Amino acid sequence: MTMYLTPEKLYPLVSALLFAVLVGMTLGGAIVVVCTSRLVRSVSGLALSSTGLAGLYYYLHSPFLALMQILIYVGAVCVTIMFALMLTDAHGEVSGQPRETIKTVAALLAGLPLAVGLILLIAKARWMPPAVQVNAGTVPDLGQALLTRFGLVFELISVVLLLSILGALVVARSGRRN
Amino acid sequence: MVSLIHCSDQLSVYLVIGALLFAIGFFGFLRHRTLIGMLISGEVILSGAVLNFMAFSRFLAPDPVTGQVFSLFIMGIAAAEATIILSILVAVYRHYRSVAARDLKDLEG
Repeated sequence: MTMYLTPEKLYPLVSALLFAVLVGMTLGGAIVVVCTSRLVRSVSGLALSSTGLAGLYYYLHSPFLALMQILIYVGAVCVTIMFALMLTDAHGEVSGQPRETIKTVAALLAGLPLAVGLILLIAKARWMPPAVQVNAGTVPDLGQALLTRFGLVFELISVVLLLSILGALVVARSGRRN
Repeated sequence: MVSLIHCSDQLSVYLVIGALLFAIGFFGFLRHRTLIGMLISGEVILSGAVLNFMAFSRFLAPDPVTGQVFSLFIMGIAAAEATIILSILVAVYRHYRSVAARDLKDLEG
């Protein structure tokens, strides 16, 4: 009996491989963020990690959130951080740090138990799936919820964003006098 | 093998990824020496939290829209927060000529 890779068999395999690649991008990007000392690489790692995370949102049945993740994180946050990096001239190494290894080891000692403890908790927990789902969480459902039930919060978020833009302008300008 | 193929359909896989992102971001937050590095690590922590919300809303919530809306709001708040922090950084850099955390030690009224 020969093994034929029919589309029905191939689809889960490709899907699992793609999922593994996306998980690798997410975690690998995050590791690049924290392990490099050059901040430009750090920002690039954040962009890579956000792209992988957007793919994971696709697997969680929310394509709108995936596109928003790319738009907001890769398109806005990373670009803004990159601009701040150029403005503050902080892209190089902060030199003359003899305590660097001690600090890294201490941070590792703080972060590793956190990861291990959380993973043990997740392995122990038992979750109850819901008895019924009122909708499928599609993009039309999301839009309807945003403009009806969450309409007030939606508008408040816009006000917060506007205020943060104005506040950023005021704060960044105020240091200019001296 | 079956569970490996279908691991994108399991809640705990996403929770583990979220926990790892949180721990990695925490590690970076302690390790980085400039304020910008700490900000980027903070974004990684937020990503882990958002992934948790999305996973719970997909697998456990009776209304999957709620988690998506909440994640959208987290993203909006994170963008606003990053903007404010970066403008503060620019102001700090004008004053101290540095954004390394150890140089910012004197408080003045």
